[in-house]
Amino acid sequence: MIDRVALFVTCLADTLSPEVGTATVTLLERLGVEVVFPPEQTCCGQMHANSGYPGEATALARRFVDVFAPYDAIVTPSGSCAAQVREHVSGLLDGDDEGVPQKTFELSQFLTGVLAVEDVGSGFEGTVTYHPTCHSLRLLHVGDAPLRLLRAVPGLDLVELPDAEECCGFGGTFAVKNADVSSAMLDEKIAAVLGSGAESVCACDSSCLMHIGGGLHRRGSGVRAIHLAEILAS
Amino acid sequence: MSQAARDARPKSFSRAAPAALANAQLRANIRHATRSIRAKRAGVVAEVPDWEELRSAAAAIKDEALGRLDEVLLELEAAVQAAGGRVHWARDGAEANKIVTGLVRAEGAREVVKVKSLTTDEIRLNEALEQAGIRPVETDLAELIVQLAGERPSHLLVPAIHKNRTEIRDLFRVRLGLPTLTDDPAELAEAARLHLREAFLRAPVAISGANFAAADTGTVCVVESEGNGRMCTTLPEVLITVMGIEKAIPRFRDLEVFLQLLPRSSTGERMNPYTSLWSGVREGDGPRAFHLVLLDAGRTRVLADPVGRPALRCIRCSACINVCPVYRQTGGHAYHSPYAGPIGAILSPQLAGETGAVASLPFASSLCGACYDVCPVLIDIPSILVHERGKVVARKRSGLEGRSMKLLGRAFATRIGYERAQRLGRTLQRPLVKDGWITRFPPGPLAAWGQSRDLKAMPPQTFREWWESRDRA
Amino acid sequence: MTGREAVLARIRAALVDRPQATEAARTYQTAGELDATSVLARFVERVRDYGAAVVVTDDPRAAAGDALTREGARRVGIAADLDAALRPDGPTLVEDVGLSARALDELDGALTTCAAACAETGTFALDGCAGQGRRALSLVPDLHVCIVRADRIVETIPELVALLEPSAREGRPIVLVSGPSATSDIELNRVEGVHGPRRLVVVVACSAV
Repeated sequence: MIDRVALFVTCLADTLSPEVGTATVTLLERLGVEVVFPPEQTCCGQMHANSGYPGEATALARRFVDVFAPYDAIVTPSGSCAAQVREHVSGLLDGDDEGVPQKTFELSQFLTGVLAVEDVGSGFEGTVTYHPTCHSLRLLHVGDAPLRLLRAVPGLDLVELPDAEECCGFGGTFAVKNADVSSAMLDEKIAAVLGSGAESVCACDSSCLMHIGGGLHRRGSGVRAIHLAEILAS
Repeated sequence: MSQAARDARPKSFSRAAPAALANAQLRANIRHATRSIRAKRAGVVAEVPDWEELRSAAAAIKDEALGRLDEVLLELEAAVQAAGGRVHWARDGAEANKIVTGLVRAEGAREVVKVKSLTTDEIRLNEALEQAGIRPVETDLAELIVQLAGERPSHLLVPAIHKNRTEIRDLFRVRLGLPTLTDDPAELAEAARLHLREAFLRAPVAISGANFAAADTGTVCVVESEGNGRMCTTLPEVLITVMGIEKAIPRFRDLEVFLQLLPRSSTGERMNPYTSLWSGVREGDGPRAFHLVLLDAGRTRVLADPVGRPALRCIRCSACINVCPVYRQTGGHAYHSPYAGPIGAILSPQLAGETGAVASLPFASSLCGACYDVCPVLIDIPSILVHERGKVVARKRSGLEGRSMKLLGRAFATRIGYERAQRLGRTLQRPLVKDGWITRFPPGPLAAWGQSRDLKAMPPQTFREWWESRDRA
Repeated sequence: MTGREAVLARIRAALVDRPQATEAARTYQTAGELDATSVLARFVERVRDYGAAVVVTDDPRAAAGDALTREGARRVGIAADLDAALRPDGPTLVEDVGLSARALDELDGALTTCAAACAETGTFALDGCAGQGRRALSLVPDLHVCIVRADRIVETIPELVALLEPSAREGRPIVLVSGPSATSDIELNRVEGVHGPRRLVVVVACSAV
């Protein structure tokens, strides 16, 4: 039984969306899990890895493993960072990963898979549509874990997102290196979000939410981009 | 400058994309077409209970063949020769074109019929033939459309996917001299049939590609729907097949795997209408002479990279193209390569040694992974894209991006550097922030973000600052 | 250095990491599970799905004759070695002995047997053995009537390929046919009838009880 976890907050959430980190802490503590925050953590190296800078990515992978090795479980509110750690770090380190990838969990997978809970006592109210981010969907195979968690929130009205599994167009540096195509893909995702009639769009990745939320704000849509952790911690 | 000449000038993907994005008809055609074929594919794949075992087997067979490719090709050569065929080896496209043109000339032929072959598109065989005074007649309906329009193909399997029925009708009305033609697909197909029938019945030489070649029996395999493949490989006196070396498989038996995966993955059918299998020549049945041209043209370069090598497993089904959200926005022309979409993004750069405009292709992806999900031969396209990005970055001189990445890498290497970078970011953003958002961007890389999005500003307190204050409390 | 030597040298240099190159175990299905009646039923269903007409009969000669008459075929090409017991009365049967491509084009149809068939995909296979003729015969005329023996229908593609392997080893050209010709090149909608025979009739011959 896991009752103590190390939080990997991610460089993006730490810096740009700290509310995702605070929500994750609030949520886990409410469920009786002690949360530790190793302050030496920085970044998992995903951006460098994906952009073609394996040297830097390897150094960051090494640092991640060294910082988190002492803990029994690591939880992160980011599907893409969890995927980087679980699927790619070991390869970068030629297998010398101190077992860290196997004990790193994306938040929704930790809740439903390790803690085996679906109703987390959230008081959130409103209509929400869920966007399954590509890493959580295809690399982590979180499946319907986030949906089960959302459905268990009594005040939450979950509406389906049309063409949900289509990529939102963020893709890391793709968002700026191929901004035209990224924007075209975002247009379609936003049209789907607005078409769903939801007040909020929810996902497990701050990066995609930054992109979708940025687009929703630009259009003055009034629809809010909110992380799963924030909904569940309400 | 003609459209063809414009298209011929290689452009990086990000420079080519805006024109494609602005073409609403193209995007609508592609969206409609890929949506319907994805549904069909999903339906027929769901019928196959051992689909995952077939994928594994296909990947293993291809890896086995690639792992001993020299042996497999020698076995294939011997078997084809024993069956009365001749085998030629070409280092590159120019050499292959020279061989083919020479063979056609030796027959005294001024016209050849062609079955669609991406490989011959890749090496620009048609241009070489035309320069030699030989008229190549494309016989696939879509290739015919593209040829009549003076364009280049835009999709691996459905080269005229960028044209809807009305555009095709208009083209046929003018180029085939059929002023009253309607846009009914059946009528359009009939027009093509009549136009090409003559060519099939009289052409002395045909040129084809190949989907597979089984080394143990020397059997070459062409998978098709329209019947032009059968026409071309059966009626003429002389058949020339140009085949990339990576198409060779060890055994005839291995076809039982690929013949299940390919039709379902490409056209979303249980089986395509016609598959032709032949070995050398057969007295009284088909061509009297058969030539197999084995083509390298950069494939050995791909073979030499163990991480990039799986790209050679590709069986050209186009399933990856049909699910790619990037391709769906731009179509194939933006890739400036005969291989577009996800497979194009990993194969074309490798074939070209990561030089030229195709070096931009590995970045033409959001790494969503939808392609890997559908690839029948389990090519881990996202991983190879990342690997290729590394190769491209390593080749380039370090520009602004390289310096920024190194700086960021150094900042993240220590807690102090990281926290300093956070505070620096918070300071630098101040003049741009209004009500917690950045809505106007200075010129530079961030301006690209600002094209269609606002940016949430860094809040006054980072997570770790909050944690520390909580700890103290 | 010839092209051959150069390419082989490049391949060998490329494989310096000595990758695994052995035949892997086959864990996919290699044989069917259905009984003979179900196999036949599936074959018929799948061929019909492609838009080909299917007739199940214990008198293939008569059924073929009816089909040809129905399709208005008066001059029909056949292989010279087509069994007399399968030659219908009615249409004029023209033995394909060195007919030119144009002469084939002027026929109304072709009547052949086939080597084997696959129920899963509604496919029959031609390998040029008795009664099938050369490839051009079943390709050029616009109508193909093909007699498929029920006891030569297997359920799966691996079983079909196994049946055809001996012919491949002998160097016989093989054609797999699954429905009439079609194209998906116009807006990815499947349109029937391009260059191969646009009309296909499959006559399934069950042995008389």
